[in-house]
Amino acid sequence: MAKRIDLKDVDIYYGAFHAVQNVNLTVTPRSVTAFIGPSGCGKSTVLRTLNRMHEEIAGARVDGEILLDGENIYDRNTDAVAVRRTIGMVFQMPNPFPTMSVRDNVVAGLKLQGVRDRKKLDEVCEASLRAANLWKEVKDRLDKPGGGLSGGQQQRLCIARAIAVEPDVLLMDEPCSALDPISTLAIEDLIADLKTEYTIVIVTHNMQQAARVSDQTGFFNLEATGKPGHLVEIDDTEKIFSNPTQQATEDYISGRFG
Amino acid sequence: MSERIDQRAPSETDSGPASSPGVPAPPPGTRRRPSSRRGETIFRSLTTGSGVLVVAAIAAIGVFLLIQAVPSLLANQADFLTFPSFNTGDPDNLAFGIRDIFLVTMFSSVFALVLAMPIALGVALFLTNYAPRALARPFAYIVDLLAAVPSIIYGLWGILVLAPAILPIAEWLNANLGWIFLFADGNLPVLSGTIFTGGVVLAVMILPIVTAVTREVFAQTPRFQIEAAKALGATRWEVIKMATLPYGRSGYIAGSMLGLGRALGETIAVLIVIRASTSPMGFSLFDGGYTFASLIASAASEFSQPLPTGAYISAGLVLFVLTFIVNALARLIAGGKVNG
Amino acid sequence: MATATDSDLDRPAAEPSTRTISASRRFKDRASTVLVTLAFLIAVVPLIWVLVTVVARGAPAIVSATWWGNSLSGILPESFGGGVYHAIYGTLIQALIATLIAVPIGIGAAIYLVEYGRGPLARTTSFMVDILAGVPSIVAALFIFAAFISILGAPQSAFMVSLALVLLMLPVVIRNTEEMLRLVPDRLRESAYALGIPKWKTILRIVLPTAFSGTVTGVMLAIARIMGETAPVLVLVGYSRAINYDPFGGNMASLPLLMYSELANPEAAGSYRIWGAALTLIIIIMIFQVGASLLSRYSAIPK
Repeated sequence: MAKRIDLKDVDIYYGAFHAVQNVNLTVTPRSVTAFIGPSGCGKSTVLRTLNRMHEEIAGARVDGEILLDGENIYDRNTDAVAVRRTIGMVFQMPNPFPTMSVRDNVVAGLKLQGVRDRKKLDEVCEASLRAANLWKEVKDRLDKPGGGLSGGQQQRLCIARAIAVEPDVLLMDEPCSALDPISTLAIEDLIADLKTEYTIVIVTHNMQQAARVSDQTGFFNLEATGKPGHLVEIDDTEKIFSNPTQQATEDYISGRFG
Repeated sequence: MSERIDQRAPSETDSGPASSPGVPAPPPGTRRRPSSRRGETIFRSLTTGSGVLVVAAIAAIGVFLLIQAVPSLLANQADFLTFPSFNTGDPDNLAFGIRDIFLVTMFSSVFALVLAMPIALGVALFLTNYAPRALARPFAYIVDLLAAVPSIIYGLWGILVLAPAILPIAEWLNANLGWIFLFADGNLPVLSGTIFTGGVVLAVMILPIVTAVTREVFAQTPRFQIEAAKALGATRWEVIKMATLPYGRSGYIAGSMLGLGRALGETIAVLIVIRASTSPMGFSLFDGGYTFASLIASAASEFSQPLPTGAYISAGLVLFVLTFIVNALARLIAGGKVNG
Repeated sequence: MATATDSDLDRPAAEPSTRTISASRRFKDRASTVLVTLAFLIAVVPLIWVLVTVVARGAPAIVSATWWGNSLSGILPESFGGGVYHAIYGTLIQALIATLIAVPIGIGAAIYLVEYGRGPLARTTSFMVDILAGVPSIVAALFIFAAFISILGAPQSAFMVSLALVLLMLPVVIRNTEEMLRLVPDRLRESAYALGIPKWKTILRIVLPTAFSGTVTGVMLAIARIMGETAPVLVLVGYSRAINYDPFGGNMASLPLLMYSELANPEAAGSYRIWGAALTLIIIIMIFQVGASLLSRYSAIPK
């Protein structure tokens, strides 16, 4: 069910502030696309517009088109809630629901969408936890609070929770920045597994991580503080890291940035 | 890994239109689902309605009190603002005014505030800057417990236990400072059960609210300001003078205003403690009489005929306006720093 | 000043000069310490004084065999017999009805203020919650009297008392719930939205449960606060010496009302019952207070 995403002439504003300027890019199904760039360049902002999460910030506004398999997710008749059901998201900080057990965390999305069938929920729970490489570690404590797991386990629990609703696309906003190196490795392995089924877009500060996990990399930059961020270039990860077209990209990647 | 994908394969195939039983068919694409929109609308309206209800309640209090007060005010033979007594015995010949009631209310409340403010400031400073860290919370809880004691119990304690205990102080003040109008002979035959006694009881009752608000604001003093003062070699007291007090002054004043509001409206303790008097109010703390609240409560059992009842409701309306102003001022002064 | 000089002399001569503080600065610092500690002690005195008085004078009554299980029906003013269960019932049922009405409205208003409220309506609501918190109980009682009894012609009853208590409870419930909802981190809301859960379900199923124990704590504190209110019962319901189970009609006792009525009783038994009722009321309030503070330790809100 993985889907393709096209951004056409996307501009993002927060009130009067022009945050991101004129982004055009295509994310192909069953691949990993990484967004890299300095702080404030708008890469997380672009990610959040892909499932309309930026609408939670008062005054945020998007111009242009974002197409999911050709369907504009900003169409008048499109509901943000429905968009998010199709495009899941994993956040920087692991954030399991504190009042819920491991099991209830995983199936929270389904339950709140009205699925009551206990057998079905148990199946989805196991399948999602297996898919998140977490089943073996938690299968004996499914009824314990999700907050009791380690940070890395919590993040994988959040990934399981995101894929339990069977999204077509998975967005990850710096999913490893709060984790230790070993947990980071586990998540990176997981991303490699998940791309056989999902379209994945990941924002990362870590260039090695982008090089390791992604097929395609987009570099965002901004000319100065207060100026809008923009997409400098997007290409195969190998090309970006070995032979980028733009000088700015090369400077950033080789650490000569700023 | 192939095992994992096998696990997911079936669920992936039936996420199409033909779902397994119990699973609602997923919405086509990303189009809206009407039921979820409707739930959102209903829930939003219910919660907004609850908020509007609070606004409506305040408006209704003003309007209904006004509706009930106006006929009595029109039938009043005396000047409402300046007449010293409240004669409602004869419905055909109402003569009531709030002069004395206003004075007794103000004297007792302001006196309570004068007593409570320095103590509250000291307690708030003690709890935020002096008490050992481990004890600060339990100590604060103890002060909060003062607010948990019902006012009728303060009233009983005030007249039966406290009044005899502070009588010597009252006698001393009256004997030695009687030339100051505040401590002159009052309109009561005794020096107990006076505005003085009532003010002390009220001071105890408003102490927790003034302390709580002040403490909360003091605790919010930005750490960098405190550290900047400490880095200059300031003593604990100097840190307070340089950082805590300037930052927390508005909160202290706001808390005191809230305390004043409580004192103005306190009913049963005042009714029990401060004796009624047949002669008019002078300007002494050793006078007696009724406050707005205690006057209304004293007559509550006789609310039967509309016109006399309306007279008391008009007094209630004045009290409502008074507390509204005091509380609004408190909020204005505090800005965003205070919740309560 | 003598002590300051002494301690200066006591110090080793080699002490670095950076450690010395001028005598006047040190005196001010010490004086402030003494004063604020004194202020705290002064504040604690009335609390202990009141509690000791109530316990000492009320204890004989509440240990009597008939206190918790009988009413005062048929008991003469000068007799020491009888009990206050009719008044305990009244206090509890009036608080219960008020809670049932105030809690849904209060939580609804708090959700509105935290999750939906923007613009002038939200600011007005927030302002009015503060104003409502400052409305004296006698004014709330008069309003219920004017609106329901005088204009609509409803009879005096325990239910009228409950309505007045709702007005007094609401601001406490709203402010407390608001504070708890604001403590729930936005990342929990975001991750629910990212699962395609609508906002209202997120609030009901994720945000509210997370803030649950704090909200219940606030409700219990609000109940503790209103149970001792005397002004509403004075204005809105008659006193009865016998039990009345019906909150919608007839006179009904409550602990504050019983105390106020017995104030007019000059016999020793009157004073005995007043302090007994006072101690009973304090015990009930303390149960709610302690319950609330125990419960507040079980917060699910992540740091």
